[in-house]
Amino acid sequence: MSGDPMRGRGGPDVGLLPTPSQTAGPFLHLGLLWDDGPLVVDEDTPGAIWVGGRIVDGAGDPVADALVETWQADAGGRFASPEDPRGAVSDFRGWARCETDTDGRWRIRTVKPGPVPGPDGSMQAPHIAVTIYARGLLRQLLTRIYFADEADANTADPVLTSLSSERARRTLLATPTGGGAYEIDLRLQGDDATVFFEA
Amino acid sequence: MTDAASRLVVAQYRRDGLDDPALVTPEYGSTRYRAPDRLEILPHTLTEVTGPAFGEDRVRPDDADLTRRHAGEPLGERIIVHGRVLDAGGRPVKNTLVEIWQANSAGRYAHDGDRHDAPLDPNFTGGGRCLTDDGGRYRFTTIKPGAYPWRNHPNAWRPAHIHFSVFGRAFVQRLITQMYFPGDPLFGQDPIFNSVRDERARRRMVSTFDLSETIEEWALAYEFDIVLRGPEASVFEDHEDEE
Repeated sequence: MSGDPMRGRGGPDVGLLPTPSQTAGPFLHLGLLWDDGPLVVDEDTPGAIWVGGRIVDGAGDPVADALVETWQADAGGRFASPEDPRGAVSDFRGWARCETDTDGRWRIRTVKPGPVPGPDGSMQAPHIAVTIYARGLLRQLLTRIYFADEADANTADPVLTSLSSERARRTLLATPTGGGAYEIDLRLQGDDATVFFEA
Repeated sequence: MTDAASRLVVAQYRRDGLDDPALVTPEYGSTRYRAPDRLEILPHTLTEVTGPAFGEDRVRPDDADLTRRHAGEPLGERIIVHGRVLDAGGRPVKNTLVEIWQANSAGRYAHDGDRHDAPLDPNFTGGGRCLTDDGGRYRFTTIKPGAYPWRNHPNAWRPAHIHFSVFGRAFVQRLITQMYFPGDPLFGQDPIFNSVRDERARRRMVSTFDLSETIEEWALAYEFDIVLRGPEASVFEDHEDEE
């Protein structure tokens, strides 16, 4: 063990205190880039789509040194994780990472997730969990991407409906741009800032 | 499927005990146009309490030795960096991916964006990865990184550090942090280190010199345990029952 400061309540190995977050910095590419990072599914997967967009800072400039990570259910609403109490699905990674380019753009190839059970018997609309890492972010930013063409499901989504305004909900909607592509701009600050979450 | 699973009991991760920095930390200049000024509370649903599981196909044995990526040996002080990944309940997080990256011994990153006037080392790139074992243990061989200047404020220097990325079992456990070295005289003036306001919490980012793991005539050693968020106790107990 690295010493006493980790100890919380209860003595050895019971009640440890979490290690704090620190920024990934501008050189995260050295440790975190994977050749197949942006590719959740193969090109010939039925229903394959591209999801992406730009990340823009509070000065209106592209965030060119960020990393986006995504996590989602498969088309049936199941996760590739042993932590899913319904059992893990196989042959689906569910996760992607993509660095932004000089224009702040990123994109991943995936499938639209199915609806996922939510709290208190609710059903969550199809969504992708998104985290952003970058210089200037002392911990990851967390948000969700929903799909503008899932209007009925979105209306019943417990997270979307918990937001206070239509404007806030709209910041989380990716718009179909044709050819199986969806686009969303993530704005870190300002009047039209994306909704970010504390989990 | 267990009874708990059919009712879709979803683990709730503790929200207390976190000493993460505030996103809005003005002393760190890059936060100015990047830190959102408000966050909404997100419930822990299936999406948040699940997470990717990576296997041996993601790592080669050589990936954990940053000194053997090139034809020659990198310059600098060879070190072992090892430790355990645990959750806040003290449970080892096994088979989870740990990724690291760092500057070379002169304080220069092998990255196009690094303009620091210090030499690159043709034998050092500075990225590594491994999976934790069944006890949550990881181990890297690398070179002690150098400190470097970074223009955040007059005569600003980053303390030597290694960037760590850890997945855990759940999306809400995902952690990117930095490991520091004990007794670094640059701690006091570093706004990133001090963005963690609590002194005891800052110490959880500082490795310990570990004489027992040094390799005679070859390498010094540092130990760094990483603690991820854990589920609330009741769910933790349910988990144990299932196993």
